[in-house]
Amino acid sequence: MLSVPDILAVFSPLLMAAVVGLGNRHVGDKAAQVLTCAGMVVALLASVFLFYDVAVLGHVRTMVLAPWVITEGMQVNWALRFDTLTVVMLLVVNGVSTMVHFYSCGYMSHDKSIPRFMAYLSLFTFFMLMLVTADNLLQLFFGWEGVGLASYLLINFWYHKESANDASMKAFLVNRVGDFGFLLGIFACFQLFGSIQFADIFAGAAQLADARFDFLGMELPALTTTCLLLFIGAMGKSAQLGLHTWLPDAMEGPTPVSALIHAATMVTAGVFMVARLSPMFEFAPFALQVVTIVGALTAIVAATIGMTQFDIKRVIAYSTMSQLGYMFFALGVSAYSAGIFHLMTHAFFKALLFLGAGSVIHALDGQQDMRYMGGIWRKIPATYVMMWVGSLALAGVGIPGLFGMAGFYSKDIILEAAFAHHTWFGTMAFWLGIVCAYLTALYSWRLLIMTFHGTPRMDHHTLEHAHESPWSMLGPLLPLAAGALLAGYVGYEFFVGHWRAEFWGEAIKVIDGQDAIENAHHVPTWVKWLPLVAALSGIATAYLFYERKPEWPAKVAKGAGVVYTLFFNKYYFDQIYAAVFVRPAQFLGRFFWHTGDGKLIDAFGPDGVAGAVVRVAKKIGPLQTGYVYHYAFVMVLGVALLLTWFSVRG
Amino acid sequence: MISSAEFVLLSPEILMAAGALLLLMYGVFAGDRVSGTANLVGMIYCIIAAFLVWQMPDQRQYYLNGFLVHDSFASYVKVVVLLGSALALFMADAYARRHSIARPELAVLIMLAALGMMLMISAHDLLSLYMALELQALALYVLAAFQRDRLASSEAGLKYFVLGALSSGLMLYGMSLLYGSFGSTDYLVLASSLSQGGALPMPVLFGLVFVCAAMAFKVSAVPFHMWAPDVYQGAPTPVTAYFAAAPKVAAMAVFARLLLEPLMGAFNDWQQIIIFLSLASMILGGFAAITQTNIKRLMAYSSIAHVGYGLVGLAAGTAEGLQGLLVYLAIYFLNTLGTFAVILCLRHNGTAVENLSDLKGLSKTRPLLALALTINMFSLAGVPPLAGFFGKFYVFMAAAEAQLIWLALVGLLMSAVACYYYIRIVKLVYFDEPDHGTDAVSEIGLRAVIAISAGYMVLFCVAPQPIIGTALEAARGLLLR
Repeated sequence: MLSVPDILAVFSPLLMAAVVGLGNRHVGDKAAQVLTCAGMVVALLASVFLFYDVAVLGHVRTMVLAPWVITEGMQVNWALRFDTLTVVMLLVVNGVSTMVHFYSCGYMSHDKSIPRFMAYLSLFTFFMLMLVTADNLLQLFFGWEGVGLASYLLINFWYHKESANDASMKAFLVNRVGDFGFLLGIFACFQLFGSIQFADIFAGAAQLADARFDFLGMELPALTTTCLLLFIGAMGKSAQLGLHTWLPDAMEGPTPVSALIHAATMVTAGVFMVARLSPMFEFAPFALQVVTIVGALTAIVAATIGMTQFDIKRVIAYSTMSQLGYMFFALGVSAYSAGIFHLMTHAFFKALLFLGAGSVIHALDGQQDMRYMGGIWRKIPATYVMMWVGSLALAGVGIPGLFGMAGFYSKDIILEAAFAHHTWFGTMAFWLGIVCAYLTALYSWRLLIMTFHGTPRMDHHTLEHAHESPWSMLGPLLPLAAGALLAGYVGYEFFVGHWRAEFWGEAIKVIDGQDAIENAHHVPTWVKWLPLVAALSGIATAYLFYERKPEWPAKVAKGAGVVYTLFFNKYYFDQIYAAVFVRPAQFLGRFFWHTGDGKLIDAFGPDGVAGAVVRVAKKIGPLQTGYVYHYAFVMVLGVALLLTWFSVRG
Repeated sequence: MISSAEFVLLSPEILMAAGALLLLMYGVFAGDRVSGTANLVGMIYCIIAAFLVWQMPDQRQYYLNGFLVHDSFASYVKVVVLLGSALALFMADAYARRHSIARPELAVLIMLAALGMMLMISAHDLLSLYMALELQALALYVLAAFQRDRLASSEAGLKYFVLGALSSGLMLYGMSLLYGSFGSTDYLVLASSLSQGGALPMPVLFGLVFVCAAMAFKVSAVPFHMWAPDVYQGAPTPVTAYFAAAPKVAAMAVFARLLLEPLMGAFNDWQQIIIFLSLASMILGGFAAITQTNIKRLMAYSSIAHVGYGLVGLAAGTAEGLQGLLVYLAIYFLNTLGTFAVILCLRHNGTAVENLSDLKGLSKTRPLLALALTINMFSLAGVPPLAGFFGKFYVFMAAAEAQLIWLALVGLLMSAVACYYYIRIVKLVYFDEPDHGTDAVSEIGLRAVIAISAGYMVLFCVAPQPIIGTALEAARGLLLR
């Protein structure tokens, strides 16, 4: 059964991407902006309707669009699956994307390739929507690769910059590593369940909890292996520790891209995937343990790095990575709904922070280094307020029992769930999460103070010209700010509170007796207060260090010595990867290119054959002498040859 | 006495013969100034004859006491030959006028040659075959020397004549050996005598070799090809175009009928000859064309290579192989005519140029001409989706199905070698700077032929069924009786 909003919510961005992208210069800048924004508004309205229809009225459904792959033993359809998880993602994706589209009209107004940019944005949105509406792993993978492609194109949007080229390739290649794991996971699923339809997988997971694979003589627990393989895919896309190196570099793309793709939506695809597959992960406790540990470590590593960086966008990027770590350890302790809750609130305040940072960069004529900012809060007051709202939400400030910013609710429920899990890794995640909460507040206020307060450190000319952004850029910040303020307060009861069972329905599965959310509501009071205390002390530390005693940070850095160097150099991940993977690969590539291809294949293959052909041709040419008697002789010779052949052959 | 049914079957030939004689008389009385009219009339005759052939019924009929046969195979090839003749006349008109060889005899000779080809395609007796072969050959010798005040043209005619006489001798000797062995020249008798089975006696094998050698000369297969490059280069260009199109098609068809009808009983023996001819032609044609600098000479070697590909289909000895050969011929004749039409357009300050270096930068001076040439070259090279690809495809498929995969593989490899010289022309046309300009073309004939051939090469893939289906029917008409 086809229904109009279902189609519009997913396909109107694709339509506009096609029109604007293929039309490109013929469409024109203005029309490109109007068309893509209109497409997004339509999609957003449709997804609001769908949210009401599915999440509130409970009309969960799957709509088959067309058959895709039909082979012996496997049938995969293009389908749109709408349940609560999907419509939440629809709302987040279309909501943030719409705001970013509007924002881009202002931010990119001086760019030469506006239609291309808008088309890529819309195309990205479409792929993301395909990802979240998938009802099988293949379509999920289609969207997964599609957003990867769009991310590549957008990081490299300013393709004349070499750093952008490098960053886009890095993002693509690192993601390939994750995708390889994801693909293996899909294969394993097919092997295990005989199907890659979610419905079949979910129905079969419980029976196959103890199944085993034979692989190279090893007997592996099938479900755990499958889940871990899929999780490797999630690690790549969501920049978890080990496969995270691409995310900070991806900030080479235009700031709206960072806000949409590398903060609010694409990087959360891994979180979505694990939550979507919760009926499978639930039966693989070891996999969940790994998810928890990786998530917690990612959170702390990213936060420590973020504390030492000076590029405003990179600080926020590391913050994103850290928050993704929170989401993953929430999933790991079976608090899937808490993870998605944080995903949703994070989308609002992180998009807000990124777009606010974009506004600052815009005001300072492209400057991104916080060491050359400062003292401009009076010049750009609206941006300043927005950044405050975003930072408060990120740090999770609120008054328990009364009202809090978005992060206050979502982060606290994650920490409480981790505490209530009562396992060694849950407890570890809780304490690391508390430290992270402190660090989050610290680097957020470090960013605020370094950017807006203190003495101006940019050159005179830039300071003179610092100006507030136009309304086309500030306008889209307002809904996001509203989300950062209210999303937690409004969503709490639905996502993780009293009405969560009705709200989620069948979309998320938790084994009976493992309900981390339920346990989270019964933790001691000090657990509930601790995150807030950590956040407030983080803010206080930042105030002390960067406002009151600006000479202290340098002293601490010197005192910390090795530790600071480690943080500042991002734990040397890039250098280690370069030494272990990149340089050997380049060496091998060069070897095969010069020696293997050039000296072997070319010399004996194409070049050798071509040379032989020319030599033969030169020998044949002179046979044609022009004398009739030679010609007649050859003819007679030919006849003689044939006659001889038949005589000798007998 | 000729019955009325026979008269109907013979009507295209009668039309061509009467038309040729009428034109000859007209030309004698009216003089050289009517050459244009003669060409036009000749062309119309060819087209009417083609139409008459085309609408004849498909079933097989013998006439003139079994000397001739009518079947769908004959119809198919005759239509191709007549259309080739008509288009050649269309192209020749302008060239003839510019090179002071505008004489009505051109049309007469082409018509007589076409008549000879029609008869030899239908020949069902060694005697009628020999008569028809000589009729077309004599007309062709004269055509080669048509530009008689030019040394190269006279030389070409003479070389062709001397070597042609040698091949005629081979042919007659082979025929007499066959006649001596079986006591008849009739195809039906030969076929039934040969199908007795058992090893063939030596005289029959020798007769087979001589006949095959003579036919190989007619189709210019290696090692009986030596005349082709010299004659192609020396003859007036429209005549060369004609040589590469109609007589080649007719001779291939005769070769096929001869081997597949009376000599089918000796399949295991002649298959070896054909494979040898095919391999030698593909390889020599492919390599020798690489070093050529004259376009007409290059096209001669190209045609030798194409004969080799065609013979691959014949070597299969199946209906599919014959179908492949027929499809190949129907595509090749137009492909080569189109290429020669482009060559005819290449003029610099009024004089014709025919060296490869003259093609440099043609895309800048005459972009449409360059495009047409490129299409024809890619088609000759067998690049899909152009028509030339399908010709090769059917021939090689048939060979592969007849357990001759290695022959098809050699064909594929040599196609790759051949790509070099075809695509080098494209490179000259598009990537080199022109040495000199190229005159504009105004002749309707050339433009029409170029447009028809280029359009056909491109559009063949859209609706290949008419040609392929008709070719299959024609092949079955010959093979499955």
